[in-house]
Amino acid sequence: MSKFQFPESIKSRPVYGTLEPRPGKYHLMIADAEGAEAILDIAAADPSIMAKTHIIYIPRGTDFGAKLRALNPAQYYEGPSYAASVTRIQRVLQDAHMGTQVYLTGTEGLMGQAQNECMQAGIPHTAIQTEHRGSVARRMQCVHCKGITEDVETDPFVCSHCGLNLFVRDHYSRRLAAFQGVCIDAEDPGNVPEAVELYK
Amino acid sequence: MSAAPQKAKAGAEKIDVTVSAVVPLNDLVTRFEFTRNDGQRFPTFSAGAHTVVHMNDGGTPRLNPYSLMSDPADTGTYAISVRRDDQGRGGSLFMHQNVKVGDQMEITYPVNLFSLDLRAKKHVFLAGGIGITPFMAMIAQLERSNGNWELHYSVRTEALGTYVDQLTYKYPNKVHIYYDDQKQGIALEDLLDGQPLGTNVYVCGPKGMIDWVHATASAAGWPDANVHSEEFTAPQPGKPFEVRLCKSDKTITVGENESLLEAMEREGVDAPFLCRGGACGQCETDVVSSDGEFIHRDHWLEPEDHGKKIMPCVSRFVGKSLEIDR
Repeated sequence: MSKFQFPESIKSRPVYGTLEPRPGKYHLMIADAEGAEAILDIAAADPSIMAKTHIIYIPRGTDFGAKLRALNPAQYYEGPSYAASVTRIQRVLQDAHMGTQVYLTGTEGLMGQAQNECMQAGIPHTAIQTEHRGSVARRMQCVHCKGITEDVETDPFVCSHCGLNLFVRDHYSRRLAAFQGVCIDAEDPGNVPEAVELYK
Repeated sequence: MSAAPQKAKAGAEKIDVTVSAVVPLNDLVTRFEFTRNDGQRFPTFSAGAHTVVHMNDGGTPRLNPYSLMSDPADTGTYAISVRRDDQGRGGSLFMHQNVKVGDQMEITYPVNLFSLDLRAKKHVFLAGGIGITPFMAMIAQLERSNGNWELHYSVRTEALGTYVDQLTYKYPNKVHIYYDDQKQGIALEDLLDGQPLGTNVYVCGPKGMIDWVHATASAAGWPDANVHSEEFTAPQPGKPFEVRLCKSDKTITVGENESLLEAMEREGVDAPFLCRGGACGQCETDVVSSDGEFIHRDHWLEPEDHGKKIMPCVSRFVGKSLEIDR
């Protein structure tokens, strides 16, 4: 089961929807891991859009690649990581025109970072569709050292850059595509609650 | 409650002005220029803003919104261009027939409901007829910042092409004119196709043109946020109706040739307003009870609010009874 119902939260926290086919000249779908299932769903809803679709997919250890390829999109690219794929995303957006529909699905980190690239290319964030699938791990920024820790699964966690114990907040930055991590034991160093899995 | 200072009276603050020039441009359109009576500079405005001109037509007050079409950087003069509407309620006719150089008038501070999205990588302007006016200011503003823009301007005939000569002379590569009587039309689908990401489209013209641009852009996959439009609706006459104003504790009759907003003002009720054309949302009023049909003519209320709210500047009512929260 790749779907997860996020609990209600503060306004800052992104809310994701369900991808739907929309009229467009060109469709750009960017997904990682179980996000592939959302692409399979949308292709089942309207197979005709695949002829105008470019899929950029980062498997992250899953094996949906063959199924996505079988959808016969106009272009299919599989990248080993987001960092390895981002130059391609930027190049595609550089050449894209108005009428491009963007579909982002998979983990929050993938959707946030890809949305940021799209916004910089001139697409309003309100026009970008997103659907969360798979891991609920978060991309976190340490407010103290500004370092980004990817795929955080527990609260609190240790900053991978400066080593502070960070509390996971729902406060989110679209520009950084990251949630905010704040030192949890600043007043009483060493007094750190036991780390629990997010949403447990 | 907004953080803005609360005003004592409804509507935007007014400025006392003198008509400094009246320039007929063609059979239908005349430009009016204003200077301030107190010798101060006008406030700068952002292109796309309008002002509401207060007219005294033989004792009948007329308040019409007009786009400011002068250069926003010129704070010495404000200018509007008014198309004469012989079938209208009389505001534009009054301007054309009665307003002379040296006349004293009141206009409001500028209000912008049609601003440029300055994040846009490119601005495409689509004008129909007198819809050219806000774009005159937008072009002036963008030229100062080296903005990337183009204009597609549809006019009926060469003789009625307001500012066509000036625009094509100054910006021959950016301005495209289409003459209805020569069977020329904007090839909108082709025009929208292939525009770079981050292009914003702005349309000002007749309602049919605005609807056409929104529908065509949506079908081509353009985000709604990238398509901007402005349309002022003049209040239409209709059957007189009675309305109960519960806060003011008054029952008034709205005459055939006045709007609900004008009827309230006539009765001394200080009702809020800004654009008086169904666009800004300022005059939105809750309906307390009603038994009859609403004639909603605004561009503001969502369909689900119809019947629960009314925009008194342009909308009317036909039926037995209406009570509103004003």
